[in-house]
Amino acid sequence: MTRIAGGLIDRSRTLTFTFDGQSFQGHPGDTLASALLAADVRLMGRSFKYHRPRGVLTSGSEEPNALVEVRTGGRQEPNTRATVQEVFEGLTARSQNRWPSLSFDALGINDRLNSFFAAGFYYKTFMWPAKFWEKLYEPIIRRAAGLGALTREADPDAYDKGFLHADLLVVGAGPAGLMAALTAGRAGLRVILADEDFLLGGRLNAESLAVGEQGSADWARSAAAELAALPTVRLMPRTTVFGVFDHGIYGAVERVSDHLPAPVQGQVRQTLWRIYAPQAIMATGAIERPIAFDNNDRPGVMLAGALRAYANRWAVVPGQRVAVFANNDDGLRTAVDLQAKGVDVVAVIDSREGGALLPGIRHLRGASVVDTSGRLGLTGITVEHRGRRETLAVDALGVSGGWNPNLGLMQQHRARPDWSDEIAAFVPARGPKGLVAVGAAAGVFSTHGALRTGAEAARAAAEALGRQAPYALPKAEDAPYRIAPLWAVKGASRAWVDQQNDVTVKDVKLAHQEAFSDVEHLKRYTTLGMATDQGKTGNLLGAAIMAELTGQSIEATGQTTYRPPFTPVSLGALGGRSKGRDFKPFRLTPSHHWAKSQGAVFVEVGMWLRTQWLPKAGETEWRQSVDREVLATRASVGICDVTTLGKIDVQGTDAAAFLDRVYANNFASLAIGKCRYGLMLREDGMVYDDGTTARLGPNEYVMTTTTANAVLVFRNLEYARQVLWPDLDVQIISTTEAWAQYSVAGPNARKLLQKLVDQDISDAGLPYMGCAEITIGGLRARLFRISFSGELAYEIAVPARYGDGLIRALVAAGEEFGAVVYGTEALGVMRVEKGHVAGNELNGTSTALNMGLGKMVSRKKEAIGVTLSGREALVAEDGLRLVGVKPVNPADAMKAGSHFLKIGAAPTVENDDGWLTSLVYSPHLGHYIALGYLRDGARRMGEKIRVVNLLAGTEIMAEIVSPHFIDPQGERLRG
Amino acid sequence: MDKLLKPLTALGKAEPLRETIGPWELVERVDVALASVAPRRGREAEVSAAAAKAGVPVPGVARAAEGEVFASFWLTPDMFMVEAPFASHEDIRPKLLAILGDGASVTEQTDAWVRFDLTGAGLERVFQKLCNVDLGAAPEGFATRTVIEHMGCYLIKRNGVTLYGARSMAGSLHHAIHLAAGTVA
Repeated sequence: MTRIAGGLIDRSRTLTFTFDGQSFQGHPGDTLASALLAADVRLMGRSFKYHRPRGVLTSGSEEPNALVEVRTGGRQEPNTRATVQEVFEGLTARSQNRWPSLSFDALGINDRLNSFFAAGFYYKTFMWPAKFWEKLYEPIIRRAAGLGALTREADPDAYDKGFLHADLLVVGAGPAGLMAALTAGRAGLRVILADEDFLLGGRLNAESLAVGEQGSADWARSAAAELAALPTVRLMPRTTVFGVFDHGIYGAVERVSDHLPAPVQGQVRQTLWRIYAPQAIMATGAIERPIAFDNNDRPGVMLAGALRAYANRWAVVPGQRVAVFANNDDGLRTAVDLQAKGVDVVAVIDSREGGALLPGIRHLRGASVVDTSGRLGLTGITVEHRGRRETLAVDALGVSGGWNPNLGLMQQHRARPDWSDEIAAFVPARGPKGLVAVGAAAGVFSTHGALRTGAEAARAAAEALGRQAPYALPKAEDAPYRIAPLWAVKGASRAWVDQQNDVTVKDVKLAHQEAFSDVEHLKRYTTLGMATDQGKTGNLLGAAIMAELTGQSIEATGQTTYRPPFTPVSLGALGGRSKGRDFKPFRLTPSHHWAKSQGAVFVEVGMWLRTQWLPKAGETEWRQSVDREVLATRASVGICDVTTLGKIDVQGTDAAAFLDRVYANNFASLAIGKCRYGLMLREDGMVYDDGTTARLGPNEYVMTTTTANAVLVFRNLEYARQVLWPDLDVQIISTTEAWAQYSVAGPNARKLLQKLVDQDISDAGLPYMGCAEITIGGLRARLFRISFSGELAYEIAVPARYGDGLIRALVAAGEEFGAVVYGTEALGVMRVEKGHVAGNELNGTSTALNMGLGKMVSRKKEAIGVTLSGREALVAEDGLRLVGVKPVNPADAMKAGSHFLKIGAAPTVENDDGWLTSLVYSPHLGHYIALGYLRDGARRMGEKIRVVNLLAGTEIMAEIVSPHFIDPQGERLRG
Repeated sequence: MDKLLKPLTALGKAEPLRETIGPWELVERVDVALASVAPRRGREAEVSAAAAKAGVPVPGVARAAEGEVFASFWLTPDMFMVEAPFASHEDIRPKLLAILGDGASVTEQTDAWVRFDLTGAGLERVFQKLCNVDLGAAPEGFATRTVIEHMGCYLIKRNGVTLYGARSMAGSLHHAIHLAAGTVA
């Protein structure tokens, strides 16, 4: 055990967990990484490409190496960073990308063959044969070079989403974030303080510094306690703000239950929050960067700040003999802290020349680490000092190449950061409106500087709201940082830049040599900065090495684009509750409950559930039900719920003029008490919707649309009303939901309805295409004499709450006529029999002329789409026309999706004469019938044609007929 | 009036839903008649005056207003919704036309909506899980359009929260509220 005294872990409780099947113990407050290090486990994974042994590099979310699979079954999650996974009782974790075991990985052979695996080798090697890539090369490469795996079992946990609002969002609860939240919270601002860690305090918990009269971790705990008690402050630990979006919107994931074996009953695993904050403070700290030197990736080599954090926060020293390699004063703190804890600090290798030496420590100035040794973990380092090489036996090495302000959020809107020579790093600049960086995230590295800039930013946020936010800063260190940049130490072997993707200095050189020098090219060519860590530790190093190669400054070399998410976000969290039956809402029709009780089969039409057919006892096939519904309707009477059709109330003194402009045909002449069928065109002249509009009063109309386009038509009408013709006096509102509407069709429709309707609805009382406001037992209702089926038909509407009552009343009243209730299938059969167009014909590429409705497009007025519908090609006489199609042999079943070919014509695109749009079995005619668009169709009645489906391999001989299979003269509907 | 046709609630029941979820009470309201009122072009002042005279309150932007018999809430820059007791105003349109004359377009909206009234302390926590309305900061009488799980809704902060959603989606809307309230109850 390498536990030392102190730390922020709860030693009163012990938690048992497993790693690769072996049992270990940790304490509350431990991460998987700290607990494994405490148990002398340094080897935690294998690298992506070379399968090199790897341990932890960091102590935070930037970790590139220590990726593990945690949990099992549906909860198994790959690529979990051991450095942020909290230990809980029963946690199971496994190493990834190794076979058969972590300590003996057969694919470690890749490391020996490294010369074959340089950057770009896939592109050069797996060139041919091209078809081998998808089936052979890629699967093999993916298996060999990879990250963790999923079990493919369903995730049993629930996820949630939500919306939060604040005056000020503070991202990061280190010294700057805590001070900002305290300053704003004390002033009464609504503050959200979010931090990815489970313990607020950031680096304050990792240092042995003092803040005010307290130790830094104690001060953080006091500050968090005060914040928790402030009524307007919401503390959100375990919450990663992963993205900045437009207009002050931030995306955050709260890991509600990831620290527990399973979510508490009724709780979710994670919540995706959308945070609305006009002002935000980015106090996200800084990320330490490594230095590239030969074999700098062995387990035991870690960042100096991480080494210090493990000692101070988790009371773990991952070694007995420790060295530190640094180019800045912050790195020296690691040596001082460890020595104070009684650890054997073998040497401090300081790349800078001159300056004071650390007392009581072998402090080598002007020195560098040039190589390391150790198979599965560090055993020694080679140091070069004043031209001399020396090997030191150490089992832990802390490396500090400096600190990069954590720019993640600030630069997501593509603003380029500025370069600071003082700290040899990029600092944030020109971020999204309302977002300011403070503390280390702004390149201010001292504790005092963090506290000060945090408080100042909070005060400014308060002032922007007209509030005062005075503050007093606790005393804290304000030591200089003093960095002398060192990116890479010259060497003969491989020096890692990006440990997650196995990108070395040699790879960067190769990229430069092959002219992939731009940082974005460098990334794609070498994979630098890809995968789960997005190059948090390696990106700048790679850019700096490239800068040295090109002779450009690092500033000019730049950084790749920052994008959300800052750290990986599970798909479950993005999906939230929207899965399974909760994927989308359902819309139920007024007859739904009745239909369900009758055993109706439902079909999803958009969000609506509509009755598709209503099987009767003994019917085993859908066609039996549908045929029966069709025949009964045509023989007597049928009832169908048509509530889903869009209804739009159009009123105003200019309502008629408005309708005249949105419909291609004339509406100005529509009389009160009458309905008219109308076509709506897009601006390009194609038909996009059709329906009936009724005139109920001088300035009052009710429009119906297709079910599918109800929202689109309404939106277009609003656009026309508000934007195109704001001078028209017209008001619209949807009434789709307000009225339950049923179609009653068939020769006995009138007789049935007359039993319920209080008024006279004889042909004289309500002629074809008439409409009236009527009553049913005194209840206000509407009656429209319109027909989609070709029968004598009505649509009757009552306020929706009475819809259930009305279907029951209609069925009861229809009993003496043998009335049926029919669904959308029978509806479809009857409309095809009648030759009415529907969705299949309104396909967005068809004009009224194509549909045989060319005469409806009025040239005597201006309406949307009319002008462009007259384009030459669209009015060609031999263009596509709607026709009816019936098989020459009635026993033949045509296939949907078939195309028309002349007899003897080869099945080529040039010979394509059109296609079949709608196909149904007509029980009335006893064979299949279809509608279709046929080239020059109107003049080809009676012609025999081949109906060919190359996909299904079918060819049927058919005859072109009128699309009106039933009652072409329209005698029934006028009956 | 004993009608031939029996009404059902939007949730498909004979009686409106009333349930308690944690500290909150949810009540389905079927006793309110609704009509949209849109003053015709240039007649806004005339409509407002006629409405005021008859006790129909005209709401301000993003606000609800209450009168003795009528209440109202804002829908869009040129339209508001009037609420009235269903028992006395079921056929609400002619009643409003009698007040407003031909100065406004009036449309019956009663059954276009399902209405849920939620009461109890800390409703912000429920709505944080449902929509982007900043309920905590919104003043009493605030009215807005919002979206809950893809469903367009009107939300009014009025002695708790009144939520209007599309009638056909009543089941899905109730499910969403029930689920959200359950997670924070």
